[in-house]
Amino acid sequence: MENFDLTLIDWSRGQFALTAMFHWIFVPLTLGLAFIIAIMETIYVKTGDEKWKKMTKFWATLFGINFAIGVATGLILEFEFGTNWSNYSWFVGDIFGAPLAIEGIMAFFMESTFIAIMFFGWNKVSKKTHLVSTWLVAVGANLSALWILVANAWMQEPVGMVFNPDTARNEMVDFWAVLFSPSAINKFLHTISSAYVLSAVFVIGVSSWYLLKNRDAIFAKKSILVASVFGLMAALYMVWTGDESARTIARVQPMKFASMEALWDGQTNVPLVAFGILEKPALPKTQGQYQEKDFYIKIEIPNALSYMAFLNANAYIPGVKDLVNGYTDSNTGKVEPSYYDKILRGKEAITTLKNYKEAVNRGDEAQSTLLRAKFEDKEWMATTFKYFGYGYYDNKSVGGLIPSIPVSFYAFRIMVMLSGHFLLLFILMLIYGLKNKLEKMRWLLYVAIWTIPLVYLASQAGWVLAEMGRQPWVIQDLMPTLSAVSKLDASSVQITFWLFAVTFTTLLIAEVKIMISQIKKGITGGH
Amino acid sequence: MFESLSLLALQQYWWVIVSLLASLLVFLFFVQGGQTLIYTVAKTEAERKMLINSLGRKWEFTFTTLVTFGGAFFASFPLFYSTSFGGAYWVWMAILFAFVIQAVSYEYRSKANNFLGQKTFEWFLILNGALGTILVGTAVSTFFTGSEFSVNKLNLTNIFGSGSTTISAWEGPAHGLEAVLNVQNVALGLAIFFLARILGLLYFMNDIADVNIHARSKKQLLINAVPFLVFFLLFVGLLLVKDGFAVIPEAGKDPLLWKVQIEPYKYFNNLLAMPLVLIMFLLGVVAVLWGIIGTLIGKCTKGIFSAGLGTVLTVFSVFMLAGFNNTAYYPSTFDLNSSLTIMNSSSSKFTLTAMSYVSLLVPFVLVYIVWAWRAINNKKIDAAEMQSETHTY
Ligand code: HDD
Ligand code: HEM
Ligand code: HEM
Repeated sequence: MENFDLTLIDWSRGQFALTAMFHWIFVPLTLGLAFIIAIMETIYVKTGDEKWKKMTKFWATLFGINFAIGVATGLILEFEFGTNWSNYSWFVGDIFGAPLAIEGIMAFFMESTFIAIMFFGWNKVSKKTHLVSTWLVAVGANLSALWILVANAWMQEPVGMVFNPDTARNEMVDFWAVLFSPSAINKFLHTISSAYVLSAVFVIGVSSWYLLKNRDAIFAKKSILVASVFGLMAALYMVWTGDESARTIARVQPMKFASMEALWDGQTNVPLVAFGILEKPALPKTQGQYQEKDFYIKIEIPNALSYMAFLNANAYIPGVKDLVNGYTDSNTGKVEPSYYDKILRGKEAITTLKNYKEAVNRGDEAQSTLLRAKFEDKEWMATTFKYFGYGYYDNKSVGGLIPSIPVSFYAFRIMVMLSGHFLLLFILMLIYGLKNKLEKMRWLLYVAIWTIPLVYLASQAGWVLAEMGRQPWVIQDLMPTLSAVSKLDASSVQITFWLFAVTFTTLLIAEVKIMISQIKKGITGGH
Repeated sequence: MFESLSLLALQQYWWVIVSLLASLLVFLFFVQGGQTLIYTVAKTEAERKMLINSLGRKWEFTFTTLVTFGGAFFASFPLFYSTSFGGAYWVWMAILFAFVIQAVSYEYRSKANNFLGQKTFEWFLILNGALGTILVGTAVSTFFTGSEFSVNKLNLTNIFGSGSTTISAWEGPAHGLEAVLNVQNVALGLAIFFLARILGLLYFMNDIADVNIHARSKKQLLINAVPFLVFFLLFVGLLLVKDGFAVIPEAGKDPLLWKVQIEPYKYFNNLLAMPLVLIMFLLGVVAVLWGIIGTLIGKCTKGIFSAGLGTVLTVFSVFMLAGFNNTAYYPSTFDLNSSLTIMNSSSSKFTLTAMSYVSLLVPFVLVYIVWAWRAINNKKIDAAEMQSETHTY
């Protein structure tokens, strides 16, 4: 472990997290608002009612303000794979680069071209063409989400590739496996539906403010109606796909699953902790030494976790300790090696690669043929090479293979609990909206406004769970952050970290201020 | 259909695509060039508004081309992505910053309560225009002059030793900034900068109906054409006389292991070895000059199209010189054999094939871009439109 510069790794992680989280402030609103705008414009084209056109334009203005800064933050992210995770870019660039390129060719161009029509085309193209353009903006934005999320899902569940020892990297052999892995599908569906929820809450919150101020009431009520129907449908879908995501994690990332449930000891018939407060940040430090966790308070639902994870109330779920020390599934009899064992296998895989490359460089044909055969041996690949990434660790540093449990645990609970709140909000808004009683429900309007920050919180929490919960893996089991990082001075990354922090914060303040004054101007207040 | 191509053919195909994106990007830098002129060509707020709105309807194309260029390079030549970006850290970071500040500036410039003030956003545009073009030009020139880096894939297996596990390492302390110490690099940087300004001026003349802007643009055109020619010719002159980085093919041996050697007049030789590239290069230069001169002496306002096409052809052929005819396109002066070639830095055959199918979408993308461009440009921008249009920057 001595040859790893841990401060460099931490600053690089921090920088990536910072930029990604900033990006994610803006992206979900783009994804959902684009559809809400398209729906409003469709109503306008269908009815010819100028009110709907004004609304379309109003929300489109907010869209534009949000979009610009989303683009600014996205650019950095794309290049950060190279600047900060250079080894990663090589090791998996063969697979990971493809979705990024497709995203550019297929999605970003569509989005940015039709945005130009959407904003400047009102008097230049026909109504129908304009409408189609608006829809294409929404489709383009969501396509870009598809490809980037496929890339991300692949990091969580690497499939569809083989390792090539000559180039020392993973190479894609099955494009469709990458595109249609369960992780990719869930990730895409859950993320976009959550983005629609976020946008719906945004529209409802802003409109509620108008109602409270007694301004633009007709517009606000119509907006609320569109948004709460859209939001309600998205929210149901979001809960469903979130549940599917959790099931996928239980299968492909059991450590993330155990940590998000703060499950230390595995068992069958595991209860679900619906609500809990962890006693202390219970982080195991070294081999065999765990600070025993427990909860100050917890409310459990018997068998629920087993059922949720495997649709079987009796299912066995391994805890953190079991994953580290190895376990046998008491139901299926499946034996899972311990982390110590995986570390040994990982070291064997890495050493084999080293010997192979050295044999090739020496021109030692006999040796290189012999070693190459290993990489073609399915059995060896599945039992040894599979744990390549563990080889960078040793028994002393096994704690580094466990993500932060409180972070995962709370992040998951924030997300799940707030879902209920959003669902309820959409239902109430819909009911009172249809009854035309919204103005009288002032408390509900206040709640709606305050739900805006909450939905951003839930959304960020989801990513924190997804990304911090998989630590230390950049590529699950194959590449830890340790060996993914670029060779830079920690101080360089520190400097860029602060530069980004200051720049983005400044731009965010500008964005929020502009947004607020635009909202204050009102829906009918013109541009 | 792509399956039947050899790995080498696919690698070449992708070098062509990357080069095409790069040359389109340089053409689209007219946005950047135009941004550096907003105080020179416009003297009143109303005029500035026209300039900025004229550019503002196009900036996304440039930006998205940059993003796609990055993505396509990543997918097709991942070793370049990891070596150059991870190594020449400061250059790329500076470029990124220059583009971050651009992305918000149009939208926020004239909005109420924009925190930083209109002037700041205008300066962001100017900074982006200057830094973006100069730095990208300088970075691209290192494709010919080389950089100090090493690539060793064995590092990945460095688990017992004390060395780093990172395969690509920059061997100088400046992490890319050293590129500005080379005259040729700077010459290309400045040539691109002045070219972008020229294209920006030509674009204004074509897109805006305003006599004052037209007159000032014309004057500026001459002022910028002179330094452009000086720096461009300096770059080309140095290129043609310099030693280059030649790959030595060894039949029967894996191209990953082919050696790289210094060859005198390599790029000049490449030009002669690829007559098509020579023709494109000459045509390109003529078209750029035609665009400039035609505008200067005549009444024509369509110079942007000729100069734009010329730019694409010229930059494209320069990229061909860097990567084709057994040349290392990203040479290492630290360790010749670490140099990147299109053979040793590319994705696998499978990925290149899959991506080639995706590349079939490019013509469709171009079609709708051209359509959208024309739909929005069917009428020149004028002062009256700035008054009546609801969405202005
Ligand atoms: C409005 C925001 C929001 C809300 C209310 C929810 N989610 Fe979520 N969730 C996201 C927004 C989000 C997200 C930001 O979109 C994430 C981050 C990564 C991803 O795939 O989606 C996410 C990730 C995420 C993950 C981790 C995926 C991974 O690691 O690959 C799980 C298991 C869930 N969610 C489950 C749920 C469940 C069971 C919910 C409700 C019952 C729920 N989420 C509500
Ligand atoms: C926009 C939504 C996203 C957010 C908010 C987000 C958040 C984060 C966070 C918090 C980390 C730091 C984890 C840690 O080091 O503890 C991280 C790391 C990382 N994320 Fe994301 N992420 C997002 C999307 C993505 C996507 C789509 C990808 C890939 C396509 C990705 C790739 C990475 C990589 C490579 C790292 C660095 C390595 C690591 O720390 O694991 N992220 N992200
Ligand atoms: C961490 C990995 C990510 C990278 C490298 C990345 C890259 C980028 C880039 C380069 C842009 C600017 C594109 C342009 O020129 O128009 C962008 C914008 C965008 N990205 Fe990302 N992105 C990431 C994460 C995500 C995620 C997770 C989503 C959605 C689920 C997403 C959706 C979008 C959308 C919709 C835009 C349009 C601009 C906006 O409103 O934000 N991105 N991204």
